[in-house]
Amino acid sequence: MLAFQILIDGFAISALYALGATGFTLIFGVSGVLNLSHGAIMVLAAVAAWAGASMLHMNTYEGALLGVVVALVAAFATYFAVVQPIQRSRRIPNEEKEIFVLTGTLLWGIMIQELIAYFFTNNAKTVLPIVEGVMDIFGVRTPRNEIFTAVVCCLVIGLLWALVNRTRTGKAVLAASMNPRGVTLLGLELTNIYIVVWAIYGILAGIAGVLLGMFLGVSSYSVGPLTASAFSIVVLGGLGSVSGSLIAAFVVGYLETLTAYLVSPAYRTIPALLLLVIVMYIRPQGLLGRR
Amino acid sequence: MADFFKSRLFWISLIVVVIASTLPLYVSGYILGLLTVAYYFGVFAMAWDLLFGFAGEVNFGPTFLIGVGAYTAGILNNEYGWSVYLCIVLGALAAVIAGFVLALPALRVRGPYFGLTTLVAVLILQNFIVVFAELTGGEIGLTIPDVITINAGVNYWIALGFMTISAIILYGLSQSPVGLVLQASGQDPVQAGALGFNIVKHKLAAFVVSAFFSGLSGALLVFYFGTASVGTVVDVAVGVNVIVAAVLGGRRTVLGAALGAIFLIVAGEFLRPTGELATFIVSAVALLVVLFFPGGFLGAALSREARS
Repeated sequence: MLAFQILIDGFAISALYALGATGFTLIFGVSGVLNLSHGAIMVLAAVAAWAGASMLHMNTYEGALLGVVVALVAAFATYFAVVQPIQRSRRIPNEEKEIFVLTGTLLWGIMIQELIAYFFTNNAKTVLPIVEGVMDIFGVRTPRNEIFTAVVCCLVIGLLWALVNRTRTGKAVLAASMNPRGVTLLGLELTNIYIVVWAIYGILAGIAGVLLGMFLGVSSYSVGPLTASAFSIVVLGGLGSVSGSLIAAFVVGYLETLTAYLVSPAYRTIPALLLLVIVMYIRPQGLLGRR
Repeated sequence: MADFFKSRLFWISLIVVVIASTLPLYVSGYILGLLTVAYYFGVFAMAWDLLFGFAGEVNFGPTFLIGVGAYTAGILNNEYGWSVYLCIVLGALAAVIAGFVLALPALRVRGPYFGLTTLVAVLILQNFIVVFAELTGGEIGLTIPDVITINAGVNYWIALGFMTISAIILYGLSQSPVGLVLQASGQDPVQAGALGFNIVKHKLAAFVVSAFFSGLSGALLVFYFGTASVGTVVDVAVGVNVIVAAVLGGRRTVLGAALGAIFLIVAGEFLRPTGELATFIVSAVALLVVLFFPGGFLGAALSREARS
């Protein structure tokens, strides 16, 4: 009974973590950018979906769509207002650009977080789920929404896989993550590829954010922990490796669920953090990292 | 070093410190209290800049070192009633040990991995403080029975003196041969290593020095506040403020970091009437500085002087 409960809850959480971390790792893999405004964009999507339903009287589908669109816009804004100016700046030495992107996106994330707090308060918000009710799986009463979350996450990740491996655009993205100079030599404009990647990222972060809002609820306080968990999942899996982050998301998700059920919810995040430290000691490049 | 005493920067700093030390004679206790906190914060930022600006390592967890120093000092005073000064010294030592333990594995990895290790250290510390609430006061915070003094002017002078001495030591270190080696190993570790310098040893030393000043400042701050809480000395948001202060003031300048910290705290106070938008405005200003004046306040000022 408890085993099934852990299995099911852990799966839903892990799938959500995986979806949240995939976009993050994709951007790093292709353009070397660690976007520390990630948590803020996810929360923004959830809050937009919530506001669409409760303030603009949209139905749940329209609200969810609004959330994803807002995340997409926010992702483009992050790229054009923060990341691109830093990458093109002549005053910042090349070897320090990484650090400036980190600082810049961090500040950008705080700005988004503060605006959310200002306009929509710090209170926790739960987005109305698209499917309601509960059902019985192996004797465990599970909210249908939880199953919906897991299914959507797996579907979207599957679609992303197909997009990257089966379409021409996707292959260009993949190539850019392996050898940016080679891609330019083949006559592909690198900036266009970056724009595609940021668009994919925006949609992924948006869907993850809205699902998170339906499943667990968000507040502007969840921004930091969300960024930190995406960051740790991605590093655990190996920076830039999408399959690595998928595995890492499930490891972290199940570890947290196990701890919460078997030990105490108060200790929830500690084992995952310790695991991360151990992995950094033994295998700094992460589970499937290339470097 | 000898050039420094002839430079304009030295005279300006000297005049600023002299003027600042006369402040308790004619400004209110409220402003003194604000500046006292700002000075301790300035030391946090300077200690961080030694690692980032010179050793080229982004430490996302300055509050790990600060928090260990602050909580060690606070807990020792609370549990055993040892004298304030002994507790402060032991707090700084605990921070050095914590910095050493953190740096050994963390320095094996580079760039973002190093940043993450330090960030995780903060999260673990935060979790442990909450879990061992009986000892640490948990989320409510730790009440500390003793304070250094309750006189606002004396507290202010202690903070100013501490910041000035720290600034002299850290700045001196950054301009010394050791600082140059650090800078070289931050910019091109392979070449610096090829020239025969032990990079790991230098970076470890930088980490330990940074930890010492962070911990000492954290411990002093705790005895000024009379309380230690996650929100004031450990939270990631506090660490972000330290980083923003150092980048705003100008990286690789040490003194700029203190300037940035004072600006950040004073500006936050001026923006208090705007309520919840204060943090937004400060972050927006910091982002604009990062985008358009990547050298920061002091960096911009120094490069102008160099050109003229």
